[in-house]
Amino acid sequence: MLRVHGLACDRGDRRLFSDVDFSVATGEWLQIEGANGAGKTSLLRILAGLAPAAGGQIEWDNQPVSKVRDEFHARLLYLGHAATIKDDLSALENLQTAAAVAGSPLEESVALLALRRIGLKGREDLPSRVLSQGQKRRVALARLLCSQARLWILDEPFVALDVAAVDLLCGILDEHLARGGMLLFTSHQAVHLAGTGSSLRLGK
Amino acid sequence: MSQRFVNWFKFASPASFYPLAGKAWPWFAALAAAFCAAGLWLSFFVAPTDFQQGEGYRIIFIHVPASWMSMFIYCVMAFWAAIGITFNTRLSGMMSSALAPTGALFAFISLWTGALWGKPMWGAWWVWDARLTSELILFFLYVGYIALTAAIDDPRRADKAGAIVALVGVVNVPIIYFSVKWWNTLHQGASVSLTKAPSMATTMLWGMLIMALAFWMYSIAVALYRVRAIILERERHTTWVAELPEMQQ
Amino acid sequence: MSAFIAIVRRDLLLAARRKSEVFTALFFFMIVVSLFPLGIGPETALLRRIAPGVLWVAALLAAMLSLNRLFAADHQDGTLEQMALSPTPLALLVSGKVLAHWLTAGLPLVLLAPVLGLQFDLSARALGVLMLSLLLGTPLLSLIGAIGAALTLGLRGGGVLLSLLVLPLYIPALIFGAGAVEADMAGLGAGGHLSLLGALLALGVFFAPWAATAALRIALE
Repeated sequence: MLRVHGLACDRGDRRLFSDVDFSVATGEWLQIEGANGAGKTSLLRILAGLAPAAGGQIEWDNQPVSKVRDEFHARLLYLGHAATIKDDLSALENLQTAAAVAGSPLEESVALLALRRIGLKGREDLPSRVLSQGQKRRVALARLLCSQARLWILDEPFVALDVAAVDLLCGILDEHLARGGMLLFTSHQAVHLAGTGSSLRLGK
Repeated sequence: MSQRFVNWFKFASPASFYPLAGKAWPWFAALAAAFCAAGLWLSFFVAPTDFQQGEGYRIIFIHVPASWMSMFIYCVMAFWAAIGITFNTRLSGMMSSALAPTGALFAFISLWTGALWGKPMWGAWWVWDARLTSELILFFLYVGYIALTAAIDDPRRADKAGAIVALVGVVNVPIIYFSVKWWNTLHQGASVSLTKAPSMATTMLWGMLIMALAFWMYSIAVALYRVRAIILERERHTTWVAELPEMQQ
Repeated sequence: MSAFIAIVRRDLLLAARRKSEVFTALFFFMIVVSLFPLGIGPETALLRRIAPGVLWVAALLAAMLSLNRLFAADHQDGTLEQMALSPTPLALLVSGKVLAHWLTAGLPLVLLAPVLGLQFDLSARALGVLMLSLLLGTPLLSLIGAIGAALTLGLRGGGVLLSLLVLPLYIPALIFGAGAVEADMAGLGAGGHLSLLGALLALGVFFAPWAATAALRIALE
């Protein structure tokens, strides 16, 4: 259970947002909307613990997140809008390295399975340099298939994906929610997901 | 005890430190002028002429206190950096960045006067003496700090990055000093040292100490004045700055 | 620990697929060293005297060439964020990156140095001490450099700034490293210099990743 109370964020001298309140329970999702520069990415980065908040509290399982930082990070999967893909590594190497850094190393067979399911069959060993933008995005999203994390924080997961990939991703997200996972994401488009969900609009 | 503790942190807020610094700096400036006058009088008119080095030695009354200050100010910067990192106080970073130019100035004065002293004594403007070399490296450290904090736009980030530089630097200063000293002995460098001037008279020591005090007061006055400017610049959007009498015109 | 190994492995793989970067630094090392006899003259006795210093300064500059890319790519593509969120402490992952940097930028210099030392007519014994001093010193260069690279991450003019910050901190390594070879050539024994260099390395291994991590967290905010 993630609960946020009175969260505020400054960018330079400017206050991006303040008094943001919401909570996400198991099996729930929250879509964060807002114009460009409203602070969507900043909000997600603060929630992930990458940036400090200017005010407010974040609670994880009824405890301030600063007290249970390690436990929280062990349960968190954060994907920023940068692709985190190295051009000189293959899709397989990218996926395996990312999973190992996140603390859950993958067997090659498991990683290959995930890549095939995400629609990269036959491209597992190509250098990522030759993949298209959408395909790189898919490599990054393949991590979702292998993740045991309870809370997913995804920054613009639908960007650069074709219709089939959007459907695929929605399916993956639905599965995660059905398993009792929690999901926070930013997106400009309307998304239809199973389970209870709400949306939060930043800025006016 | 706890009462005192709270009071200290009260002055850690820029809003309450600003008027305090404003009241304090003219006093320190006046003291600096007074000590400077006394020190210069002692060193130029009272201190005897050195029988070995003639009148030229009098430059140590500037050189030695400037070297002391340049090292001391770096330590103070590191102290503020440590405070800033531990307690996350905004003022500490401002103090560090207010002190850095003064420290760099003293390091430069020390190098310059060292060169002026070296010409008549050693016959060369620059000698790779251990102290002078360390002072040069200290000057580089100051320049690195100032360049880094100037290159970062966000003042909070600049403060934190500067704090790390200052702390890494202060750990390295003794290492650098001893390595340079080691290097110097290995290479049989200049053996005449400025502070080991033979038979230092008591008046000379007094002259140096009073000049050191003058430099202290000057550093404090300038740092306070500069930190006021930094506070105003960084807090210009806050209400307390807008309410200051000097902002009303 | 698996995350540490994954980072080292990935950085080595990346270096192996971009060999040109490693070779550029090596050629830089060779060229700088070869410039000195051209600038000073071919007198063997003089060259032998300046060799330790020249080789060390050149190695120091060559090791610095690749420093500003140490974290830059990871910062740009978001990998650094993933490293910061890893359950493995970031300082350990940073150590992994430093180790990979040394293996690709420091170790080749150590191996090439004796060949270049021959140009300066160094004895076999002096070449051995030179290699040993570089073996102890180049990891220190990578460690200190990582602090500078982390501090200047994403700044304009970061490369020049990096050298401004890092070069003064390299001085002890230079003094003890080049001093070891000189002391050995003067018949004084290099033991003292080498053990001091080792002590500095131990200090660096302990503190530098920590300082670099603190600097990276600032850059990430």
